[in-house]
Amino acid sequence: MATVMTDLRRLGDVKAPEGFAERVLAEAGITDSYALFGTVLGPVYVAWNRRGVSAAMRAPSAQDFETWFSDNVGRLLVRVDPPADLAAKIADQLAGKRRLRFDLRGLTPFSQAVLEKTLQIPRGQVRPYGWVAREIGHPAAVRAVGTALAHNPIPYFIPCHRVIRTDGVIGNYGGGGPEAKKSILTLEGVELPRLQRLAQSGLRYEGVKSTKIFCFPTCYHGRHVKPANFVYFHDEDEARGAGYRPCKDCRPAVA
Amino acid sequence: MDGTDRVFERLVRDHQDRIYALGFALTGNRHDAEDVAQDTFIRAYKALVTYSPDRIRDLKQKAWLHRIAVNVVRNRVRGVRPRLVELNGSEPDLATGPEEDVLRKAEIDELAARVACLPTKYREAVVLRHVQDLSYAEVAETLGQPVGTVKANVHRGLKILRGENHGDRDD
Repeated sequence: MATVMTDLRRLGDVKAPEGFAERVLAEAGITDSYALFGTVLGPVYVAWNRRGVSAAMRAPSAQDFETWFSDNVGRLLVRVDPPADLAAKIADQLAGKRRLRFDLRGLTPFSQAVLEKTLQIPRGQVRPYGWVAREIGHPAAVRAVGTALAHNPIPYFIPCHRVIRTDGVIGNYGGGGPEAKKSILTLEGVELPRLQRLAQSGLRYEGVKSTKIFCFPTCYHGRHVKPANFVYFHDEDEARGAGYRPCKDCRPAVA
Repeated sequence: MDGTDRVFERLVRDHQDRIYALGFALTGNRHDAEDVAQDTFIRAYKALVTYSPDRIRDLKQKAWLHRIAVNVVRNRVRGVRPRLVELNGSEPDLATGPEEDVLRKAEIDELAARVACLPTKYREAVVLRHVQDLSYAEVAETLGQPVGTVKANVHRGLKILRGENHGDRDD
């Protein structure tokens, strides 16, 4: 009689297997995994969960990365072996394909909008801060865009380095300072000296004489145009006054 | 980490053994037990993120998780009786913790398999009352049945487990 009940009570003492709680938390998207990946930019620590990549950093050590993650993201973090499929996606993403999903939970809606817009800037091109502000519907929030990009938790992958100042000064860069920003842009094929020469003369847009369209100087539509066929403008009014319309791809102004 | 995630982490760590044991007793094997326990917590998390802070604070976590787990098991096995586990070798999972020796583990596995073969209504009642050690009132609330029904089902379930009264399996 009592023995069946005693046995049943012992059944209730069974313990969940080792690592069960961690698996559940990972499945719920609460804990993130991380690993060190070799990339074209050198070794980068990358954290991710079910929703996507949540953080990336070139840190001196795993400990530094964990501390930074806990201060800035705050979820639990577990180190794992780098999965091969993710390594391939990371390489593709840095080569200009868009294969990664990102987990931007925890950021403000404004920061999320800034980062999602930044993600649309193609490799080899750059945009001013004011462009991001205008595109997300907050044209006056240029400084706030700068702040949001400075706190980008996933530099390199969300290309905050492709957002630059209109005066041609390469601003500070959370992913490793101005020098790192320059070297990444150069790696991506941006002609920085040309860009800076134009910016210093106050010329922000380039127009193509044959099409009467004006673009940002790094826009891909200008890639085959002979230098003699470019005309440069200081601002939108000047370009429109000369009979040019804004490019529909790089959108230097509202069409 | 936001507040709900913290609550959830605490919830998982506090109740993982209990819910795993419940899944084990209801399904009869450790593999399904882990599936059930994991599904239970994931469903709990999905519900939790939609709850207001007040509702989360007032939640009776234990009863709530039991109710979810019972439903998870019902949905998994709807219409299907759990299969009898062969005792000689078909469950090769004999990895044991240092304190739980192989023999004891085999005994417990066998008991779980026997419990899992009870008809659903007896099994749920017996497991909640005697494995999970809930009161009759708590079992009744979890299952949404009157206390009298629960008592009768526990009684009949225990009878079957003791090998008495074979004629009573008339569901």
